[in-house]
Amino acid sequence: MSIKVNNVSKKFGAFNALKEVSVEAGAGSLLALLGPSGSGKTTLLRVIAGLETPDSGSVYYEDEDVTSQSARERNIGFVFQHYALFRHMTVFDNVAFGLKVRRWPRAKIRDRVRQLLALVRLDTLERRLPSQLSGGQRQRVALARALAIEPKVLLLDEPFGALDAKVRQELRQWLRRLHDEIHVTSIFVTHDQEEAFEVADKVVVMNSGRIEQVGTPQEVFEHPASAFVMDFLGNVNVFHGRLQDGRAHVGGMQFDYPDYAHQESLPTTLYVRPHELELHHGPSEAGSLKAHVERVNPAGSVAKVFVWSDEFGIGMHVELSSERYNELRVRPGDTVYVSPRRVRAFVPEPEYVI
Amino acid sequence: MPEPARVISGAHASSGRDHPLLRRILIGLTLLIVGVLIVIPVVNIFVQAMGGGLWGYFSNLFSDRDTRHSILMTLIVAPISVAVNTVFGVAAAWTIARFRFPGRTLLTTLIDLPFSISPVVAGLMLVLLFGLQGHMGPWLREHNIQILFAMPGLILATTFVTLPFVARELLPVMEAIGAEEEIAAISLGASAWQTFWNVTLPNIKWGLLYGVVLCNARAMGEYGAVYVVAGHQGGRTYTMPLQVNKLFEDSRTSESFALASLLTLLAVVTLAAKVALERRTRRELLAATRPSEVPETNDLPHAGAGPPSVRVNQTRLRPELIMTTAKPVDSASAAPSQGMAGA
Repeated sequence: MSIKVNNVSKKFGAFNALKEVSVEAGAGSLLALLGPSGSGKTTLLRVIAGLETPDSGSVYYEDEDVTSQSARERNIGFVFQHYALFRHMTVFDNVAFGLKVRRWPRAKIRDRVRQLLALVRLDTLERRLPSQLSGGQRQRVALARALAIEPKVLLLDEPFGALDAKVRQELRQWLRRLHDEIHVTSIFVTHDQEEAFEVADKVVVMNSGRIEQVGTPQEVFEHPASAFVMDFLGNVNVFHGRLQDGRAHVGGMQFDYPDYAHQESLPTTLYVRPHELELHHGPSEAGSLKAHVERVNPAGSVAKVFVWSDEFGIGMHVELSSERYNELRVRPGDTVYVSPRRVRAFVPEPEYVI
Repeated sequence: MPEPARVISGAHASSGRDHPLLRRILIGLTLLIVGVLIVIPVVNIFVQAMGGGLWGYFSNLFSDRDTRHSILMTLIVAPISVAVNTVFGVAAAWTIARFRFPGRTLLTTLIDLPFSISPVVAGLMLVLLFGLQGHMGPWLREHNIQILFAMPGLILATTFVTLPFVARELLPVMEAIGAEEEIAAISLGASAWQTFWNVTLPNIKWGLLYGVVLCNARAMGEYGAVYVVAGHQGGRTYTMPLQVNKLFEDSRTSESFALASLLTLLAVVTLAAKVALERRTRRELLAATRPSEVPETNDLPHAGAGPPSVRVNQTRLRPELIMTTAKPVDSASAAPSQGMAGA
């Protein structure tokens, strides 16, 4: 079932949590709402769930306007960040709750609960209380409980936020596989870009109550629509340069920038990802910055190098592939020449590739 | 048991080692005061009550019609007050814990008011309201409704005095537990009633019971407010505490002590229940805030088989450093020695 949010606004006192937000999740898709805290992503999820009433705008499930329906009527599965398991009920009773209030026959409830506990690999723990489970197990019980009622939509609020890094990693891969199995339209909220990219089909990047960009993880990462998205999605070197006469000037380097052909100089911010910076032993024809190597961290799949340009007083983070690093063999103190393979500016055009 | 308890007892032990004499003096003094003010009088009540033997005790309690009636009155008034306050307390605590509304703080303060008002004044307020000279007195008389000097007055007075107990006990428990489980229940399709009975009530049950026990003890023992609204009609509107006083004034000391011992027994039972419930309430509160202590287990299939984490740290350059690049740009591009030919 598809979900559509149409021009939804929501205020909490003087705070604009959502400003005219519209977003769509296709049937069977897995959508991530990604943004920093206070960006409105959780409010949007709660509006979709019916736990929050929007001030204006509407929410559609398929073609049905559900804006005025309560969470109870919407038949959704909601997974809370802190699980919100019923602490006095066993795992079995937690999962059975939604079915009991729907007055399912007892035998049918038992079969359904067993089936779900098998799905989340907790079939041996059905007599346990939530306090006797680990955090990851609790979250899976919460998921089973939400799925038991055969929801039209599965909504997850920072589902792995309270778990430690390793369990989080495992659980999100498992969630992705689970979604591929059951194909219920799912939306989850996260502030972790890595999590969003790894799990979701489509990522919605939010900032101060607005949507900055919607796209597949690759689209969003490769073609960020705004400076915010560029900055939010991981590591980026920020340069202050200027645009003039169809050229971009950055710290002594110049690049063609045909979209800005004006005479007057326009100061702008230019963004370069660490893996888009190249190091050379000698100056490059395309223009490069002279710098010296301050720190080298070759551990991991990429070598991370921090270089400092005395001349311009700026530091840069560079990521080299292992092969390139083995070729260069840079050491702290070495003089190197830095050139970007790709520079992005967001004024006035969203992107520019050299 | 919670950590702090251990820490505190440890602190006591160490300070005790430092000043053994001071410790003995303090303990001795405490025991003396508790003994003189509490233990001896309480034991004395039972000794006096049992002075005439077991048979005398029971005949003192049940042979007099008025005394029997006073026990009956207390057994009717107290449970009704407790029931009213339980419903009110749960509703008030839930409202205050779950909603933010104007006047919320005022409401919390008002609930405490009966604690600070003298019971006699509380009784007097009812007299002023429902008495013949009061605002509603004439109307009540016209319609032949008896409130003062009758059962309704006793119940009103007792309810007023014991109003804060349940709400006060429940408020911190409800706040600690939070609304998340209730929201989860509603998202799973439960109605408000189903949510209350299946989720809210089981979570607060020990705190609620604790409040009810305290409320009941106070309701049965209430004297001042009830005295004012009861009028002087022994055998009709007297509850146990009033009857104890009346018997004593009539110099029927052994009967008075027998009835007093019954009230005291009730207090002892309450105390035992209180200690037991307090422990459970504390556990309820603690469970509401404690994270999982169960270690994570690898029970997912293919767990950890994914690609290595590629977390990238946010390493933005400091803006004041960046800004400096703007200036040297021109000079740098003008200097051919930099090797920065245009693209």
